[in-house]
Amino acid sequence: MSQQTFFDKIWQAHEIEVADDGQSLMWVDRHFVHEGSFHAFNKLTARSLPVSHPELTFGVADHYVPTRSRSLGDLPLKSQNMIQMLSTNAHEHGIRLFDLHDSRQGIVHVVGPELGLTLPGTFIVCGDSHTSTHGGLGALAFGIGASEVAHVLATQTLWQTKPKQMRITIDGELAEGVTAKDIALHWIALLGADSARGHAIEYAGSTVSALTIEGRLTLCNLSIEAGGRCGMVAPDEKTLNYLTGKAFAPREDDFIQAGQHWLGLVTDAQATFDREVHINAADIGPTVTWGVSPEEAISVNSPIPDPSHAAHSAKAKQWASSLDYMGLTAGQSLQDVLIDRVFIGSCTNARLEDLRSAAQVLQGRKCVIPGIVSPGSSSVKALAEAEGLDSIFINAGLEWHEAGCSMCVGMNGDLIGPGERCASSTNRNFKGRQGPGARTHLMSPAMVAAAAVTGRITDFRQLPQVDAIQEAAL
Amino acid sequence: MTPFKQLDAKCFPLDAANVDTDQLIPARFMQEPRSVGYGQFLLYDQRFDSNNSAIEAFRLNQTRLADAGIIVAKRNFGAGSSREAAVYALVDYGFRCVIAPSFGDIFSSNAVNNGLLPALVTEADAQKLIDYCQNQLASSLTTAPIISVDLENKQIRCADRSIAFEIKSAWRSKLLNGWDDIELTQAYSENIAQFYTDYQLRSPWAVTPQDNTILAVNK
Repeated sequence: MSQQTFFDKIWQAHEIEVADDGQSLMWVDRHFVHEGSFHAFNKLTARSLPVSHPELTFGVADHYVPTRSRSLGDLPLKSQNMIQMLSTNAHEHGIRLFDLHDSRQGIVHVVGPELGLTLPGTFIVCGDSHTSTHGGLGALAFGIGASEVAHVLATQTLWQTKPKQMRITIDGELAEGVTAKDIALHWIALLGADSARGHAIEYAGSTVSALTIEGRLTLCNLSIEAGGRCGMVAPDEKTLNYLTGKAFAPREDDFIQAGQHWLGLVTDAQATFDREVHINAADIGPTVTWGVSPEEAISVNSPIPDPSHAAHSAKAKQWASSLDYMGLTAGQSLQDVLIDRVFIGSCTNARLEDLRSAAQVLQGRKCVIPGIVSPGSSSVKALAEAEGLDSIFINAGLEWHEAGCSMCVGMNGDLIGPGERCASSTNRNFKGRQGPGARTHLMSPAMVAAAAVTGRITDFRQLPQVDAIQEAAL
Repeated sequence: MTPFKQLDAKCFPLDAANVDTDQLIPARFMQEPRSVGYGQFLLYDQRFDSNNSAIEAFRLNQTRLADAGIIVAKRNFGAGSSREAAVYALVDYGFRCVIAPSFGDIFSSNAVNNGLLPALVTEADAQKLIDYCQNQLASSLTTAPIISVDLENKQIRCADRSIAFEIKSAWRSKLLNGWDDIELTQAYSENIAQFYTDYQLRSPWAVTPQDNTILAVNK
C-alpha cells in the first residue's frame, strides 16, 4: 500500500466518486450553518428541495447576535431578522439549532469542538472561512460559499478538486508567553498571505505536539489567512482526552473503537508533501500586525518596515499603502504605537485558555483604554465566571460581554470608529474589517491585555510587576 | 446559469494586492436580500466617503467605466471571508471576469458558481494589463480600455497582445456550459446512497451525532 498522509486518509474515506474532470464528490460528515447562511436556504427554497440529512447539519447563531445583552431589541431590525431567519430555516428543515438563548450557543468554531460535534477524521464544512479551526482536532474542515452550502444541504456532498499538500513542521520550545497565535502570524509573515493557496496544511513537529487542543484550534483557525484550503493536526492522546465526555462525542465502547481508528490517521513515515516548511520555535516572538493583511506582521520588538527596504517595487507600494491606511511611519517602534481600544474575542482567541492568559496580565492592573471581552461561547463564559475571570476583566475596566463574533467582524454593531486603533485578539486586520476606517492590530490575548494596561502596543513580558505598581501607588 | 464563452468588455484596473472580500463588500451590507442588487455595495468604502458621496478619484466611479465587465488586479484577490456576497456584488455590478495572479480559493469557487470567471495570469502579465489599462485611461478623459477574454482557448487579448490564462479544467467546463452543481450531483444519487450505506458500517460514530448529555439525564 502506498504511503499516505493524514490528509490523504481522510480524503479517501470521504470520496464517493471521481468524475472525468478530476473533481471528487465528497461526503460531508458535519455541516454548520449560521445567520449568514440565509442565501443558501433561499436557493433551496427556490428549487423546492429538502435538506437531505438534517441530522448532520447544526445551526449556531453567532455572527449577528447582540453581546451587550441577550436582548434582540439591542439590534437593528435587519439584524434581528437575520437571527429570526436562521431559526425559521432551522425549524422548517428539522435542523438542530443552538439559538441566541441556548446555554451552548457561541461562535460556531468554538461550539463545534467543545460539544464534540467536531471529531477527528471527519469532513466538516461551513459557510465561514474560519472553519479551518476544526482541523485542530484532526478534522478535514474548510469554509465554503453560499452556493456550496446549498449543495451540501441538498445532497450532503461537495465537489472538490484534491488540493496540493503542505507540511509545516515546527520544532523546539516556544519562548515564555509565545502562543499558537504568534506561531501563525509568524509563519504567515514569513511565507505570505497567499502562500498556502491551493494547499491543505498539516502542522507537525514537537512544538505542535506540545500545544494544547485549544492552541491547535487557534493555529488551524489562521490557516485561511495564508490562503490554505485547510489546516490540520493529526489526532493524538491529547485529542482523545479532550473529546472524552463531550456532549456529542461517542461514548464508552464506541469511543474506544473510534479512538483506535483516529489514532491510526497519522501521516505514514515515507509519505511525501508537495511542499515542506520547517520553522524553529525559538525564532518566534510575540507577533503583532502593523498593516492591513495578516502577512504584514512583525515581532513586537521590531521597527515597522520601511517600503524603501522592500524586496521589489510591488511590495514597496503595498507597504506604503498599508502604512498610509494604518497611519504609521516606517521605522517607528511598534511599542510607540498608541491604541484607542481593545477587543478580546473571536473564533481565533476566545476559548477559556485565551481568557485565562489575558486575565493573568490584567490581574491587579487597570486599563487606561476601553475594551470588550466577548467569550467564544456561552459555555466558555460560564466556565470563566466560575473561576472569577469576569471579575478580573471588569475590575481592570473592561466590558464583559455575551458570546458571539462581536467586534471581530462588527456585524452586530460592535464596531471601532473611523481612524481608531484597536489591539485585537481576532484574525483579520483587513481595511474596514472592524468598521469603516478602523485600524486593527492582531496579537495574542495576553498582548491585547498588555495594550489595554499601557495604552500602547506592549510586550506583555516587560510590564512592571503588579507589586511594583501597587508600591508606587502608595 | 448563463454560459461563459467569450467576453469583450471594458476593464477596470485595480492596482492593489490583497483585495479581500471584506473590501469587496463590507459586512454591514450583508443583511440585505439579494433582490436589492448587491452591485451598489461593491468596494463601497473605496468608492464612497463617510458621507456616502462618490469619490471621483476612484476610477470605477467614472462614467466611462460604469459598464466595465472585467477587473484586473494584483495577487491574492478575494482573500479572506467566504462571503459569496463579494461575488454577488461583482456580478450584480456587471463584472463577468476577474484577472489576477492569485485568488482566494473560496472566492474562486464562489465566482465559478455564479458565472464569474477567475482568470489566473502571471504577476508580470497582470502588471502589463494594469499598465495597459492605466495608460489608456490616462490618454484621454473619455476612453476606456477594452479587453477580450476567450475561455475556450484560455486567452486574453488586449491591443495587439495575447496573454494565456489558467483555470481548473472542471471550472472551465462548468463556466462554458453554464452547468449547475446541484443538478449534476442529482445524477449521482445512487452512488451517494451506496456510499452512505457502506459508510454507516465503516464509521458509525460519524453518522449519528447524538446529544449524550440529554441521554444521560433521561436515564
